[in-house]
Amino acid sequence: MSVHANQDPSRFSYYMTDAFYCEMISDFSDWQTDDRVVGDTAERDQFRSILEKEARLLDRLLFEEWLGLFVPDCAYWVPSTRNQGDPRSEIAVMFDDRRRLEDRVFRLRTGNAWSQAPASRTTRMISNVEVFTGRSADLRMVRCNFLISEFRDDETRILTGWTGYRMRFAAAGWMISAKQINLINCDQCIRNPSIIL
Amino acid sequence: MVAPEPTRVANRANDGPQFDWDRLVQEHRVHRNIYTDPAIFDAEMIHIFGGTWVYLAHESQIPNVNDYVTGKLGLRPLIITRSSDGRLRALYNRCSHRGTTLCRWDKGNARSFQCPYHGWNFANTGKLRGVPWPDGYAEQLVKNPEFNLAQVPRVESYRGFIFGTLNIDAAPIEQHLGPIRKPIDEWLDRNPGGKVVVCEANRFKYKGNWKLAYDNSGDGYHVIYSHQSLIETENRFKDEQTEKGMSYYKNEPDKLPMYIQYMGNGHHFKDKRPALEKRPGGLWAIESLHPGMEHVAEKLRGRFGERAEAILDLAGSEPVNINVFPNLSLLGNHIQVFQPVSVGETDSVWYGTRIEDVDGSLGGEVLNDINTLRMRTQEGFPNFGEVDDLTNFEQIQRGLACIEDEWIYMNRGLGIPDRFATLPDGTIKGPSTDELFMREYIREWKRLMTDTQNNSIRREI
Repeated sequence: MSVHANQDPSRFSYYMTDAFYCEMISDFSDWQTDDRVVGDTAERDQFRSILEKEARLLDRLLFEEWLGLFVPDCAYWVPSTRNQGDPRSEIAVMFDDRRRLEDRVFRLRTGNAWSQAPASRTTRMISNVEVFTGRSADLRMVRCNFLISEFRDDETRILTGWTGYRMRFAAAGWMISAKQINLINCDQCIRNPSIIL
Repeated sequence: MVAPEPTRVANRANDGPQFDWDRLVQEHRVHRNIYTDPAIFDAEMIHIFGGTWVYLAHESQIPNVNDYVTGKLGLRPLIITRSSDGRLRALYNRCSHRGTTLCRWDKGNARSFQCPYHGWNFANTGKLRGVPWPDGYAEQLVKNPEFNLAQVPRVESYRGFIFGTLNIDAAPIEQHLGPIRKPIDEWLDRNPGGKVVVCEANRFKYKGNWKLAYDNSGDGYHVIYSHQSLIETENRFKDEQTEKGMSYYKNEPDKLPMYIQYMGNGHHFKDKRPALEKRPGGLWAIESLHPGMEHVAEKLRGRFGERAEAILDLAGSEPVNINVFPNLSLLGNHIQVFQPVSVGETDSVWYGTRIEDVDGSLGGEVLNDINTLRMRTQEGFPNFGEVDDLTNFEQIQRGLACIEDEWIYMNRGLGIPDRFATLPDGTIKGPSTDELFMREYIREWKRLMTDTQNNSIRREI
């Protein structure tokens, strides 16, 4: 552990170590198996509520509140290949640590982010929520399908795929530790990919 | 051997009087039609994307024999392959029988391609190997080269960059690149072994003409406006000691030592390196903030001391724009490729590059740390900068719907004495925000559009 491990991750990026990457890649590999399904419907509802709240916050452009759903040492990852790839040796569509995720929000708030001026209007559908056990008792892996209808510039289009969440139990309850968004067309040319997914 | 077949449609654009090129392209302005007229776009697919060298792929995408990637020359679908005889080839991805797209995958390894429609089978040299029930034909098709796949007659590589042209009289690629080879060499040689490896991409599409991207590629004038949100974001922490990212465009960029240089044949070069401190770590010092950067920097400095600075520079974005007409731009560590789709639609792909530890001097752990950081530095601009440019390109295309408002100006710097210098090698150098490079490349565009190139396809193996 770095001596800077406790420095504010909104300001400094010390936690994104090779160990962090390795753990994350491992957590997001081979996790969607029947033997790891958490069958408890109350628990599934609990995660479904978090995901639905997240969709609502993003549709309402409440980005700062949305950031509050994430643990401080989080990852936001949109792979550019369908097998997730290795973000250490391959370009991702997006790969943010805490600070860059806040950069993303900051940019949209400048008023000068022309790709979002005016901002897209979105409606997000979340479905097929499944909960899986994580590497340890304080972790869960959650999968859902998503469909984002995005209106911008005289056109409504659909962005769709599935999301994997690594959720971590913290003092405030379950929080997003890593969010992996798998667009079905992640390896194709996409027009104006500038909304938060 | 079969002689190359001249392509009979090659010169349609200047067959008739329908284009008044001298009116469309003037010294200080160009007509909206060159961005909006489908007939001019069709002619470009012959005279530009066909008649001159066009970037097709990078050799690191097909490192082994029989590797292939699919791509395009203009709108022509291609299979770019290191064929079984070891040659780089660009096969038309079109069955010679009825025109079916042969290969529908983005990449792979294949000695041969079989048509999914009637089963004609071709070696990856383009040779027809066999057809189902051959006795139903009056001749042995496999012995007639007319039934081999068409292929781009000239395919040449410059240090890993594969180019192709239909013009069999084109100068060799090295000669065609000319003075732009020097910045390309420098861009490569700053990496171990003078080598980079393509590793996935940020892939964009925009509703605008392809030339809007090439117009932008050397444009130092748009930076502080189009990228205002990025510059604000890069500098949001006031306790940072150095201004980050593109900040050197603030204030009076024309008075800084950075410059734009027209390199001939439509190529041009924007060099921002003179604005850096000339020391190991000088590049790293202005790098904006990226995931993991403090961790890696601290780790390397702890281990290597002063030697860490030069290693960190390998993850930094080289501040150059090396623009090779008509569709290639090397910038930062990216290989950016412009791909026309239609007169009003273009794909813009930012291929990332990683480095290899060619001589073992970095070691596996440092290589991994640097490449990881290099991925994150490369994702920054496409995410926070390119999206705003693409939006502005789309809004230009929309503005050009105004039929009576005909002109697009590229006259910045024109007519000001001593603003440019023509160097002994024929290149022209001027201040970084000038539109000199646009005037010069569009002059070359006009020359190609009015020229008659010897466009051909080849079916010989």
